[in-house]
Amino acid sequence: MKTMIFTLLRREMQLSVRQSGGAGAALSFILAFLVLIPLAIGPDLATLQRLAPGLMWLALLLAVLLTTERLFQPDYEDGSLDLMSLSTLPLELMCLVKALSHWLTVSLPLAIAAPFFGLLLAIDIVVVPQLLLAMVIGSLALSLLAGIGGAVTGGLRRGGVLVPLLILPLYVPVLIFGLAASQTTLTPSGSTSALLVLFAITLITLVVQPWASAAAVRAYFR
Amino acid sequence: MALHCTNLSCQRNGRVIFENLNLIAKPGELVELRGHNGSGKSSLLRMIAGLVPSSSGEIKWLDQLDVAQNCHYIGHLDGLKAAQTVSENLQFWATLLGGENISAALKMFALEALSDQPVQILSAGQKRRTALAKLLCAKRELWLLDEPATALDQTSRQHLRIAMQTHLNEGGIIIMATHDDEAMKPHHTITLGAAV
Repeated sequence: MKTMIFTLLRREMQLSVRQSGGAGAALSFILAFLVLIPLAIGPDLATLQRLAPGLMWLALLLAVLLTTERLFQPDYEDGSLDLMSLSTLPLELMCLVKALSHWLTVSLPLAIAAPFFGLLLAIDIVVVPQLLLAMVIGSLALSLLAGIGGAVTGGLRRGGVLVPLLILPLYVPVLIFGLAASQTTLTPSGSTSALLVLFAITLITLVVQPWASAAAVRAYFR
Repeated sequence: MALHCTNLSCQRNGRVIFENLNLIAKPGELVELRGHNGSGKSSLLRMIAGLVPSSSGEIKWLDQLDVAQNCHYIGHLDGLKAAQTVSENLQFWATLLGGENISAALKMFALEALSDQPVQILSAGQKRRTALAKLLCAKRELWLLDEPATALDQTSRQHLRIAMQTHLNEGGIIIMATHDDEAMKPHHTITLGAAV
């Protein structure tokens, strides 16, 4: 079973890089987004510094959202999901592996890069570590939720239209507590409770995602 | 080792496609499914594979209800990734379906020269051969083939016939939907219902 899991993970990561450019396309998006921000809201450093954490979370969230549709859709389209369900590997585990592969190839590189991109928005370098931690934890939750959204909409025509409607409400708690955890850093007197809640949300998503995604795939077969 | 389908029914959007269908396939037998477009051949194969539920009836393999992990299913879609090479695709499916070696599969379907080529540059027939090669990547007793010879040339059809005959000789079971009049002589033929 371990061999199957690693084989599936390796293939998903390979396909993510070969078909969609992996994190490259998403990194380009996030960089363009952050470069355009000062042009849109003005060059005042104090304003940029105040808004920076929220803007970086927003950029991460949108970049993840952009790649959600392609998480399951190719497998629906080329019949791979049919064949995967004939494997001894449980469908729940396959769905989890696909979401983890999305995290490793898209969300995690973005979460690591985004705080450093935030320096473009005049963020103080001392706050980068806490921001990085919050974004790494939160990005896993985002990818897992993308796994649910991708499984639900992947088999639908024009499912991409539904993805934001379905996923954005689920992203709201991650965004709120992720941002709170990031801003705790900016005001060191704050507690780490927001980070703990973010961690709890990620753990809950980790438990729920495999079952929810697998149920969506099974519903598609029916 | 035998496949027993009892009183199977299939409905789609409230319309009955077929009902009370019984099928028994024993080791070494080829069962051919024939019928007009929309008569339920593909649905029956997907039902047996466990990909869609039957409206009623029962499917049993070795007295178990789970056929999926004992069968290969080759449908209309190839299940191949265009961005991967032929051997990468086959190695993946070999591992996931419980096999190891893909060299016999490459040889049987004359894919050795194409093994390092990405699937996206292959012709329709070459893609179909690659999809069929999955049958030999992992040992499974029951083959469910949905018009397997689509897009194949005469040589490749011959390779398919050899692979099928070898599987039957080894005690395997094949259930195949086809419109091909030159297909292998079956042990049983089931003709499905009304055309629409």
